[in-house]
Amino acid sequence: MPELLPFLKELVSAPGLSGHENPVAAIIRNRWKPLVDEIHSGKLGSLHGLHKGTAPAPRPSVMVCTHMDAIGLMVTGIKDGFLRLTNVGGVDARVLPGQLATVHATGAGTGAPSPLPAVVAQPPARLLPDEIGSNPAPLEYLLADTGLPPKKVAELVRVGDLVSYATEPVELAGDVICGHTLDNRSSVAALTICLEELQNRPHAWDVWAVATVQEETGLAGAYTSTYQIRPSLAIAVDVTWAKGPGSNDWNTVPIGKGPALCMGPDTHPALFKGLVELADKLELPYLVEYAPRHTGTDAFATQVSAEGVPSVLISIPLRYMHTPVEVVALKDIQRAGRLMAEFIAGLTPDYLDKIVWDD
Amino acid sequence: MATIGNTQIKLLEKLCNACAVSGDEGEVRAIVLDSIKGHADTVKVDTLGNVLATRSGTARKHLRVMLAAHMDEVGFMLVAEDGEGIYRFETVGGLDVRQLVGKPVWVGHDHLPGVIGARPIHLTTVEERSKTIPLDALRIDIGPGGKAKLGDRATFATKFQRSGSSFISKALDNRLGVATLVELVRDAPPNIDLLAAFTVQEENGLRGAKVAAHALHPDLAIAIDSTPANDLPAWDDEDNPAYNTKLGLGPAIYIADTGTLSDPRLVRHFAAAGDAEGIPYQFRQPGGGGTDAGAIHKEHTGIPSLSVSVPHRYSHTAASIARLDDWKNYLALIQAALRRMEPDLLETDKV
Repeated sequence: MPELLPFLKELVSAPGLSGHENPVAAIIRNRWKPLVDEIHSGKLGSLHGLHKGTAPAPRPSVMVCTHMDAIGLMVTGIKDGFLRLTNVGGVDARVLPGQLATVHATGAGTGAPSPLPAVVAQPPARLLPDEIGSNPAPLEYLLADTGLPPKKVAELVRVGDLVSYATEPVELAGDVICGHTLDNRSSVAALTICLEELQNRPHAWDVWAVATVQEETGLAGAYTSTYQIRPSLAIAVDVTWAKGPGSNDWNTVPIGKGPALCMGPDTHPALFKGLVELADKLELPYLVEYAPRHTGTDAFATQVSAEGVPSVLISIPLRYMHTPVEVVALKDIQRAGRLMAEFIAGLTPDYLDKIVWDD
Repeated sequence: MATIGNTQIKLLEKLCNACAVSGDEGEVRAIVLDSIKGHADTVKVDTLGNVLATRSGTARKHLRVMLAAHMDEVGFMLVAEDGEGIYRFETVGGLDVRQLVGKPVWVGHDHLPGVIGARPIHLTTVEERSKTIPLDALRIDIGPGGKAKLGDRATFATKFQRSGSSFISKALDNRLGVATLVELVRDAPPNIDLLAAFTVQEENGLRGAKVAAHALHPDLAIAIDSTPANDLPAWDDEDNPAYNTKLGLGPAIYIADTGTLSDPRLVRHFAAAGDAEGIPYQFRQPGGGGTDAGAIHKEHTGIPSLSVSVPHRYSHTAASIARLDDWKNYLALIQAALRRMEPDLLETDKV
């Protein structure tokens, strides 16, 4: 996909906080429409695209899950034109002071919310409880400031309005992109690459390309889409913690050398082994990450939906996760897309027979 | 008479998007030199990098008035290399380390994009999140294999934008002052000698202003700066009596800060000019902080000095906010006060 970068920038620039994914869903639907045979939305808003396989019906199916929702903030109150805030998904309040943000104001009535530029402010120490001192101010004490007069703010903004990061995506050295919401729009881009490759690759199985909602707030999209689609296998694609300043422990992987394949209880060992063997055969670089308990990804949900679905997790290494300056290597995205396509193209009608416990 | 229109806002935008950390003001200096070209009688760049521009008055007897606006901004310097495009850095000027985390930055004269990242929330503990991340744990990351030079300066990478009648930008302190002083040089009142000093290193101890005041040796000086508006609500909704200044109330006249006790004759003169011409102004609450006036008033045998600032919120952060109306009234007040300066302004008793 030569146009990966502009598409990724378009994806991360579209609003789509958990529970409010419509704006980004519209972009993805538009992009996937020519690549699939049918596309529809689930009841919670997840996007389901079907690319039919060549095996005689009834065919087995593989579902690829990439969550499209983003973390962010929400207005809890308005005081003298300033907005009090809470989080949507996991936000470390220490990254917020001085951030550019967009308030999606709904007070003007019907139609799309009006985007208002804003700044997240850490009030001066004397306006905060004494015990905070030089420690970080918890989120409940931070304020969003649109710069507009209080009367205008009262007209435009309502409690419950969403506030998203507004950092512009930018390329750094070494073919990496930096911006907010690369978790998990990077994976949506990887799945799009996979769908494009499959246009010219016959595959026996049905492929369900799924962009799930509400991953960051409890995997609601993955649970419900898996239940509705009832795939034979599920592949979740998400980002994982990359090595970098502040993060160098065993549970981090380098960027630019992935994707990472996840080993642990969320993933089926036979599927994991299948991906590892395929990557070795293709001489495609990959890493292995170990998740001894839960991954917190869509794979955690797909695995236990309905009567259970054999699941596997492909991860794209990402630095500074959940900050407005996430960093991802483009080639990790491209390789994740290619690995998925190769895996899917190689699924024989009897592949399910190999997904067994070998003990 | 000049006012703030699109041309002035465009200049402010250009100045704000330029990077000029104390000691490395070249990018702003070039914009200033270009903007005042052909408008001043004399222009020179002194040994510290100050731009000194003068315009002579036409009256037979007149005051020599120094106007000082600092060009520099707070920021960073790369001081050590970890490899793979990752650098340690130090801060320059008064920066709260809590404002640095998770910000994009521009590095060096080519504005190479970089980022100050943070450990993912998933890998932190509640205890860890209640503690400030110290400077020595932060890094600037310009991407794998990226090359910058040690000693390169960096600033927050915030592009100037407008929100209604407000500006959102980095470095409004003090590009608002620089843009104002450019306007004053281009359209100087004829009743005074206007001695403009676009100074360096204000954020690093008022070092440019000291030598500029010595060289210009004025009768009096006005520091053209920007001051915090801490007009936010208190966490418990109690009154906020220590707001310093408030947005929307107009230019802030200083009476006292850490560095300077303003000359009362100048305070009275500026307030009277505002009253006479119906220009709103506010007195900055006496308290901490300082401007170039702190260095200027102690030069030679003493130079009566005053600071007048544009109020703005979130000084020394990636994104400050100022109001267009405050800036308009700021320029109008200074113009009115300069135009009303008679040669005997300082011959009255102080009190």
